[in-house]
Amino acid sequence: MKSLNNATLLEWAEPFAVPAGRFTGLTRLAGQCMALVETEYIKLRRDPTDLISRAVQPALWLLIFGNVFSKLRAVATGDLPYTDFMAPGILAQSVLFVSIFYGIAVIWERDLGIVHKLLVSPTPRLVLVLGKALSAGLRALIQGVFVYLLAWLLGVHLNFHLPALLGAALVVLLGAMGFSTFSLIIACIVKSRERFMGIGQVLTMPLFFASNAIYPIAVMPEWLKVVAHANPLSYEVDALRALMVHGGSSLFGVGWDISVLLAFVSVLTLISARLYANLVR
Amino acid sequence: MGPRTFHHFMDIIELQKLTRTYGDFTAVDHIQLSIRAGEIFGLLGPNGAGKSTVIKMLTTLLPPSSGTATIAGFDIVHQPGRVRAEIAYVPQLVSADGGLTALENLRLFAKLYGVPRRITNERIAGALKFAGLEEAAHRLVRGYSGGMVRRLEIALALLHRPRVLFLDEPTVGLDPLARQSIWEQIQRLVRELGMTILLTTHFMEEADTLCSRVAIMNRGRVKALGSPEELKLSLGISDASLDDVFTRYSEEQPETSSNFSDISQSRRSLVRLG
Repeated sequence: MKSLNNATLLEWAEPFAVPAGRFTGLTRLAGQCMALVETEYIKLRRDPTDLISRAVQPALWLLIFGNVFSKLRAVATGDLPYTDFMAPGILAQSVLFVSIFYGIAVIWERDLGIVHKLLVSPTPRLVLVLGKALSAGLRALIQGVFVYLLAWLLGVHLNFHLPALLGAALVVLLGAMGFSTFSLIIACIVKSRERFMGIGQVLTMPLFFASNAIYPIAVMPEWLKVVAHANPLSYEVDALRALMVHGGSSLFGVGWDISVLLAFVSVLTLISARLYANLVR
Repeated sequence: MGPRTFHHFMDIIELQKLTRTYGDFTAVDHIQLSIRAGEIFGLLGPNGAGKSTVIKMLTTLLPPSSGTATIAGFDIVHQPGRVRAEIAYVPQLVSADGGLTALENLRLFAKLYGVPRRITNERIAGALKFAGLEEAAHRLVRGYSGGMVRRLEIALALLHRPRVLFLDEPTVGLDPLARQSIWEQIQRLVRELGMTILLTTHFMEEADTLCSRVAIMNRGRVKALGSPEELKLSLGISDASLDDVFTRYSEEQPETSSNFSDISQSRRSLVRLG
């Protein structure tokens, strides 16, 4: 390596002549995307306290709500014990809560000037959004391991067959990508932390309760059934119910669930790529 | 490839009636301006004069309402991707990631800019040396002094060797020593790499020391343009300073000159940098 002491900057920094028009090369795009995910990984490894504190909420739901409701036998879940029925719902819930937080993180990065710098780099907006979505996916997968561990400790009959585990991982990944991108879109529209907090609160609980996470769609009133069918969280839970626990079954079919989630992710990613630059305007 | 000396004879940035309006308010009003390759050009003016809006448009963050500009021959409206590959931008706010080390920040941007793998390590080592951060390379940026953060941010711009570097108030909140080292960094980029630099500043001393030419903006228009010497002479008073020039051309302060969000934002960056 040349020393800078004697050499001028010019000698050291020979131009590498990037043909600017080829920034669409797939390997380059994948490299940019993975660089963003790697950054998230470095931060999570350095400071895992957030991961740990976020494991508390699903623990409370499973332990308290799950136990009480299975004693009450208030929810008709067929042959499935209630805790087995709700464990996939709690997994989906913690994925949702982790992902919704990404919008506020991006507003924070905007306030610091990091978003400006990313947007001025030749990284396509679509890749910036996908990088964020996959970062959320990474975090959600780690969260998922926690929830599996908790559920196992509480005696939920988990399905540990490899295809089922991989399927559940895919569903968790898609769910996290979808909801983090959703939250990114809200961030691009409201642009301030205060307003985001308000809207985030207003949206997450209804998304959770208007889904099949802790009770089946069959017991809902008609109008709520319509909402639940339009709610992507229902499809995430439905797929997880078939993949996560023994004896669990899917209402819509896992293939259909995954298709709906894929469509959800694709559409929101495209919208979000269009809106991303709004953050700095 | 040798030094890009040929650029010294052409205008690397050209603003053609560049305009930006927000509703009834015209932030930037038909600006016509040419910046030569290899110069340090200063954009001066009171808060709200339109400097930041010009920078946002030139860095492709904000589309113009009308008119356009070219950078190294590429149109900011129609070829934003090409423009981004030719420029680097250091915002006034802290743009290095505090949760990462200097090394990790540099690696991230080397990948985002598509620096070829075989030269990445060499580039990063050079950038760390340029910023004088070799010893601190493995420490979190969060713990850096304001001067160290700024030096890192400017060094990040060396990774892909852009032709044009945009600096938004590069020395705000820095102590005199740190300011001096940033000035030296900027001058080296121009002298040794032939880079073109467009900066905004509120320090007339900074503009006087660094800039070959300055434009003084007020209410979205360029009120004065020339070298610091020319502008001082133009006042027709003996021993005029650049402060006098600034005062003369910044009269009629716009009403929006200093709103609350401006103040809170610059205070916040001061705290972060302090």
